[in-house]
Amino acid sequence: MTSALDESDKEKTRSVSVDLNNDASLLIDIPDALCERDKVKFTVHTKTTLSAFQKPEFSVPRQHEDFIWLHDTLVETEDYAGLIIPPAPPKPDFESPREKMHKLGEGEATMTKEEYNKMKQELEAEYLAVFKKTVQVHEIFLQRLSSHAILSKDRNFQIFLEYDQDLSVRRKNAKEMFGGFFKNMVKTADEVIISGIKEVDDFFEQEKTFLLDYYSKIKDSTAKAEKMTRSHKNVADDYIHISATLNTLSADDSTALKKHLDKLSDLFEKLRKVEGRVASDQELKLTELLRYYMRDIQAAKDLLYRRARALADYEHSNKALDKARLKSKDVPQAEEHQQQCLQKFDKLSESGKRELTSFKGRRVVAFRKNLIEMAELEIKHAKNNVTLLQGCIDLLKSN
Amino acid sequence: MATSSERSPPPFPDSEDQELLESEEVGAPDSDDDDEGEDLFVSAINPEQLTKMDTTLPEIDQPSAISAEPPSEAMGDPLVEPVSHTEDKPASEAVSESLDDFVDLTNNETDAPGDAITAEIAITDATKETTEIALDEPSDDFVDLLGNETEVAREEVVTEDVTVEAVPDSSEAVGSITDPPSDDRTGSDAEQEVKEASSCPIIDTSIDSSASNTQQPPVSEKIADPLVDLISDAPPADVKKPSQPLTDLFEDEPSDLFREPQLTKSAKQPQKSLFDEPDEDIFGEPLGATSKKTLNVAGVEQKEKNVTTKSGGSDVSGIGGPLNDNFHPEPTDIFTEEAVTTVPSVVSTSSVTSKTNGVHSEEEADIFAEATVELSLDSPRNDRKKNVMTKPAASAPSLSVAASLSKPQSATLEELEEEEQEDKFDINISITNPEKIGDGMNAYMAYKVSTQTTLPMFRSKAFTVRRRFSDFLGLYEKLSEKHGPNGYIVPPPPEKSILGMTKVKVGKEDPSSAEFVERRRAALERYLQRVVCHPSLLQDPDVREFLERDELPRAVNTQALSGAGFLKMINKATDAVSKMTIKMNESDVWFEEKLQEVESADQQFRKIHGLVDSLVGHRKELSLNTAGFAKSVAMLGSSEDNTALSRALSQLAEVEDKMEQLHQEQASNDSFCFAELLADYIRLLGAVRGSFDQRMKAWQRWQDAQSMLQKKRETEAKLLWANKPDKLQLAKDEITEWEAKVTQYERDFDRVSATVRKEVLRFEKEKARDFKKQIIKYLESMLQSQQQLIKYWEAFLPEAKAIA
Repeated sequence: MTSALDESDKEKTRSVSVDLNNDASLLIDIPDALCERDKVKFTVHTKTTLSAFQKPEFSVPRQHEDFIWLHDTLVETEDYAGLIIPPAPPKPDFESPREKMHKLGEGEATMTKEEYNKMKQELEAEYLAVFKKTVQVHEIFLQRLSSHAILSKDRNFQIFLEYDQDLSVRRKNAKEMFGGFFKNMVKTADEVIISGIKEVDDFFEQEKTFLLDYYSKIKDSTAKAEKMTRSHKNVADDYIHISATLNTLSADDSTALKKHLDKLSDLFEKLRKVEGRVASDQELKLTELLRYYMRDIQAAKDLLYRRARALADYEHSNKALDKARLKSKDVPQAEEHQQQCLQKFDKLSESGKRELTSFKGRRVVAFRKNLIEMAELEIKHAKNNVTLLQGCIDLLKSN
Repeated sequence: MATSSERSPPPFPDSEDQELLESEEVGAPDSDDDDEGEDLFVSAINPEQLTKMDTTLPEIDQPSAISAEPPSEAMGDPLVEPVSHTEDKPASEAVSESLDDFVDLTNNETDAPGDAITAEIAITDATKETTEIALDEPSDDFVDLLGNETEVAREEVVTEDVTVEAVPDSSEAVGSITDPPSDDRTGSDAEQEVKEASSCPIIDTSIDSSASNTQQPPVSEKIADPLVDLISDAPPADVKKPSQPLTDLFEDEPSDLFREPQLTKSAKQPQKSLFDEPDEDIFGEPLGATSKKTLNVAGVEQKEKNVTTKSGGSDVSGIGGPLNDNFHPEPTDIFTEEAVTTVPSVVSTSSVTSKTNGVHSEEEADIFAEATVELSLDSPRNDRKKNVMTKPAASAPSLSVAASLSKPQSATLEELEEEEQEDKFDINISITNPEKIGDGMNAYMAYKVSTQTTLPMFRSKAFTVRRRFSDFLGLYEKLSEKHGPNGYIVPPPPEKSILGMTKVKVGKEDPSSAEFVERRRAALERYLQRVVCHPSLLQDPDVREFLERDELPRAVNTQALSGAGFLKMINKATDAVSKMTIKMNESDVWFEEKLQEVESADQQFRKIHGLVDSLVGHRKELSLNTAGFAKSVAMLGSSEDNTALSRALSQLAEVEDKMEQLHQEQASNDSFCFAELLADYIRLLGAVRGSFDQRMKAWQRWQDAQSMLQKKRETEAKLLWANKPDKLQLAKDEITEWEAKVTQYERDFDRVSATVRKEVLRFEKEKARDFKKQIIKYLESMLQSQQQLIKYWEAFLPEAKAIA
């Protein structure tokens, strides 16, 4: 199952989930991608005026794992602790369309040739949509990095963009996977522990409660939106079958009804296309938006965690300093450590505040844009439907 | 042939009777034109009866052996009468008058063929042989019978000179009768070539017969030839709509009357009153009249009962009885049918030549009624008269047969469709106010059935009755019992739903049971509308009673779990088995193709019904999920700290809430407009297949009778060889009986075939029309929901734009 994505398609479907202050010094896009079995090979194209790069324009092949690697290194970089690291793109998931395709193959006998072909087409379209979406989220990840004042200067990021060989990032082995899992556990436990620490800044206190609440809500909404679009797709699929059956029915019919059935079959065929578009547009404009911000909020939460950790460290160092003073032993060391922690914490707080504020603005803008687009698309499709229905009704009435 | 022995022998016509006949005819022509006054009938009838009573009664019980001679002897005279009439009267009057005679003649003819058959078979072996030869071709019997008759006539010619002379006269009379109408018609409307064609061969034959006074054999040949052609060419008569009901009408009529020759004046009373109605109801009351009459016939035994049934409007058993008679072998019926159906058409065209074609059918209907009257009045009592008319019978059947058979042949589909256009009756039925009556498991739903109509057959223009579901089922049972075997497609009611009804009975006011009731209400409404849209079913007294009568006897045996229901199931199972075992070698490609079409359509309809069901399911799911999303977005909006975005999100939640409503409505539209329509048609296609099955059954019966006849013949041959004259007579009788049965069954089959054909065409037309209507309705509902959707999103758009 190999399919290539061409540029024009991508341009159309690019969802603006994030507001990117496109500064022309570093432009990144993924003009092409190739899907081979489970692996998706992205072609990352960069156009830049920055002197840090050797050439003004270059393209490199990258895989999904490379993106993950880049994300992980960014997260692990101590200097970026005060930043919201853009969420890593999700792993390409072609399972659902593949599974459906498989099912379709099994059910081939129960369908007419035409019906089968239509279903296949529909699945292929779905597959393509998933593919496009995958490319898009990877692209957005890079674009967000490139548009970030600090992250765009990251060395690893530049290597990722420029190194024209295969990065051949080593896959995580089992131990590392487990390590990652363990780290997550520790982090969760840690979060619980440090949650007891008294917050010193109201802004962060508020932000924390907001994000926690918002995260759970948006997670729920994402799931619900997904369900909704899926059932919308089912409706569109039903239209296919109905249309096909009406067609067979009209083929057998020899009466005046034949014409009507033909028209009805036609209508359902057209309606299902529109209905399918409605479903996929909802998916793109709404579900994807929610999903993206769910991940972004997770990233923001991570920032808060890091800050809280730093705060805990600072408190800890304070205690240590007190102890040291009490014992009059290693006081300068402790003082230094305490100062470091304070500095770090202050730095984190400062950049965190900045990041969170910008995140808020970004989110509102993205929501606005997507909601407007979705409403417009809904109207467009509904109008389309109205025209189709009206046309069919007129046709039926006229004879 | 049980009645044949009873059939009274024809005495010589005496002058008194002739006069009576005359007087009647003089009366009739006036009324004939278009308003048949009941008075005329009454007056015409009464004197007759009075006189006839005396004469007929003694003769009734005479053995049939006598019948061999008298009819033939009688042949000559009566026809002389009409001729003299025509001479006396002005031309136009003469025509109608003589036609009236004709009606009478044909009535009598009801007996004539029967007599002829018995006579011939009993006496002349030669005739039998001809019949045997004819049997090779299925519908040839008819021809033979005619042939036989002429042969009888021929024999007569040999024996009696007087009759020979009378015969040509009569045929001349016939010629003159048939000529004018046909000429007129050709002159006025060229469209009616069909009819013309139908009458043409007859004219030829009659003219021939008149031309060749002495040459009898050619006559018989002449008569036979066109028939053979016609029969072999076309499966008879899916055409003549008006004649159809009449056919039914006459089936039982004569036979029953014959069986009860002692019919007295008191019995006559209801009949007379009955005729008021046919006269009033111009538009094709024939069926109504029929069943009423059959009622009478059934009630003849108990005269009081007869009267009561008349006034009461119905007696189910009474109706059932005579109808079942249809299936008794009755060769005479065939002739009656044919003769009567065609004769009136001739009458109508001739006497009403000045009238337009449009009026035509109505005219015919009236005339049928009239004809019936005369028939029923004459035949049972006026045995003498009957005999008097035997001669004309010989030519009459030929006319009728030729007419009825040639018509189907030339009648095209277009003509049929034209007729269909007239099917629109001004009757509007609505079912409202479903109401739960009673409690617990004995509870039932009663529906208000309101009818609005301008049809004169109903007592008032608008009326309302309350009916429960089982009443609807009962109506269907009655209708399908009555009309199903004749090949009619009786619209099926919605199925019983034990689960749905139990829910309603338990009395939970949940939306699903309300939906169930509404769905059923709509289905019942559509069902009733389909019934009254059917021209023949509308005429059924049960339908009328269902719509009009305040209290309906409780329909029995409609319970799904009752013993009757179980029996029904068993019957269905046996039917299915026998259906599988019957191997019908289809002679008509049309039926084969149609059946296939119907079966594949049925399959596709089932499939699409399933698909629409799943669409409804998915749509409901979508609605549910949309609701979930709306709630979730509302929550999200509440926790959003940007005011404008928060507002927009809660607006989005509202829009999604409305979408949920839309999806919900659409789902019920899918199920109400579309799925229900499909379910209706699945049921209707079942009914169509049922009518095909009935046709097959008729065919099977015919085939069985034929093989039985074959067996009997073999037995006879053996007996002949073994030289056992005592048993030979019995065998011959049996053969006669079976020959009659074969003829009857064949007629039945042809008739059922014709009906099925007509019904299927009608069904298809209705289907196309109905489907289109419903689909438009469905699409409009979709359109509306999409328009609503646009509105909602357009209202949302500024909110989204307002996000700062």
